Amino acid sequence: MRLKRPGIPYIIWMVVFTLIPIVFILFYAFTDRSGAFSFQAFFKAFGYTDVFLRSIWIAFISTFICLVLAYPLAYFMSRLKQSTQNLLTMIIMIPMWMNFLLRIYAWVTLLQNNGPIDTLLGFFGIHTQLLGNQGAVILGMVYEYLPFMVLPLYTVMAKIDSGLIEAADDLGANRLSTLRKVVFPLSVPGIISGVTMVFVPSASTFLVAQYLGGTGDIMIGDVIDKIFWSDQNTGSAIALILMVAIFIFLVILNFFGDEEAIAA
Amino acid sequence: MKRIISLLLAVLLTCGAAALFASCEKEYEGEINVYNWGEYISNGDDGSRNVIQEFEDEFNIKVNYMEYETNEDLYNLLKTSNSNYDVVIPSDYMIEKLIKEDLIQKLDYSKISNYKKVMKRFKNMSFDPKNEYTVPYAWNVTGLVYNKTMVKDKPEGWEALWNKDLKGKMLMFSNSRDAYAIAMQLCGVDPSTFTKADVDKATAKLEEQKPLLKKYVMDQTFNEMERDQSAMAPYYAGDIYTMTTNNDNLVGVLPKEGSNLFVDSMCIPKSAQNVDGAHKFINFMTRPEISAANMDSITYASPVEGAKELMDEDVASSELVYPPESYLDKCYTFKNVDDEVYTYMQEKFIQIMS
Repeated sequence: MRLKRPGIPYIIWMVVFTLIPIVFILFYAFTDRSGAFSFQAFFKAFGYTDVFLRSIWIAFISTFICLVLAYPLAYFMSRLKQSTQNLLTMIIMIPMWMNFLLRIYAWVTLLQNNGPIDTLLGFFGIHTQLLGNQGAVILGMVYEYLPFMVLPLYTVMAKIDSGLIEAADDLGANRLSTLRKVVFPLSVPGIISGVTMVFVPSASTFLVAQYLGGTGDIMIGDVIDKIFWSDQNTGSAIALILMVAIFIFLVILNFFGDEEAIAA
Repeated sequence: MKRIISLLLAVLLTCGAAALFASCEKEYEGEINVYNWGEYISNGDDGSRNVIQEFEDEFNIKVNYMEYETNEDLYNLLKTSNSNYDVVIPSDYMIEKLIKEDLIQKLDYSKISNYKKVMKRFKNMSFDPKNEYTVPYAWNVTGLVYNKTMVKDKPEGWEALWNKDLKGKMLMFSNSRDAYAIAMQLCGVDPSTFTKADVDKATAKLEEQKPLLKKYVMDQTFNEMERDQSAMAPYYAGDIYTMTTNNDNLVGVLPKEGSNLFVDSMCIPKSAQNVDGAHKFINFMTRPEISAANMDSITYASPVEGAKELMDEDVASSELVYPPESYLDKCYTFKNVDDEVYTYMQEKFIQIMS
């Protein structure tokens, strides 16, 4: 494919702000403090395997919950009147108008002891610590990234020709098999980009666990953040491993659908 | 036609706005870049004095004021970027490191007439033994805060943070140096400077504490304590004073074994562009009434003689803001630690937290 001139600004942007930083990460990951070639950073990075796996696990669960919540919603949305669809899209977008950190603060207030949710549960005789556990972290992530799952799913489903569904009905398919044999296969590209857009940022997210989690819920993004203060080499090595892991994940995801659906 | 009118209107509006700005823009004789801790100056909020504005008006020098969160952020900026800051306000151990690495310059004390008003205790400090590089800005100590409705026995020392009865209700510093200092005091190690072996001892102590903790935090301490979410936490005593004014259940304690006396001092980096303006700023900030205004708003103690008397009486009379002399004698001040040991401590602490 020949490069077109209008693409040049973006290419410059990508080189300066994506490629060059990646080269830096590579350089730091494979050197020690003095700048000599070394694998030391990787040895240190493997000390954080537990946190790494935990982050991937939390990201996986969050993505799964997002998918389960978003899929039916996106489907019903796509079958509604156009004006209602627009309204619903807007309602889904509204939380994204607010800063990410403010939304997490809001959850801290909602979930704290004697906070609204705790008080409400108290009426039913349920007394439990809502904050400071993995559940709270996953809740925060699902809240944070749900729109990124709904929107691509909805976009793809809205494009499904309702004639196809009517045809399935005419030919005697019940609702379940219409969903399974017509809607689902056509929505795969939406699932793939939704999963990508939720899984990738949630695996590398930071701060959410620092606010909603306890002492045992720190995520790999937090570790990278903290370690960069004193040790850029190990920080880069962890970042690189995370990048490779996400890349492998995307490649695997690639097998399930056509290539164009991969957002990365 | 409509388009031409809109265009004209747009041009008119833009020019008008620009003219308005231009007329407001004063002609300054120079400018200085000041880099200070976040929320560390009296800036006119809540009816306080706006000391930056006062400086600009008096000396006709524009101040570009920026903030950082940690000493390490400041260090990285001075070390790696070409930015030119004229005044920075790091803490004790960081100053020692900056002097060692030749990143800050010697001051001309003849231009800082107010330096004579600095209290004796804050001269010849270990990080600047000959008083060549720094003028102290603020000082305070670390302390403990607890919620009296949740804690039965009044805590007296740091050991209280290892109290099993408060499991899951206590907070701890997420800043490695402060967290290790507490553990080292309890292990009988001097936290002002230490070796890798000392770090190992303290690491064991901190690991023992982890299952008892709710969280590792810094700024979140305010929310956690003021909203009755946690029972006890270590923090900077001046900030604990602020918490106690916001929630009557909170009580501040100066730990019996002593704590960390920290001194943040004004310095001029080697890369400064307006060295003369920087000296004027430092001298201005050392005036007793200006220092008093700053300390009223940040609730830390002033190293300037006569400032305490000009401060709000409630603030100045608190032992959390101004710990008594006898207590200061039990305190220690951080010294610079070898890069290798420091990185080792940082690494161990991240491992504890993860």
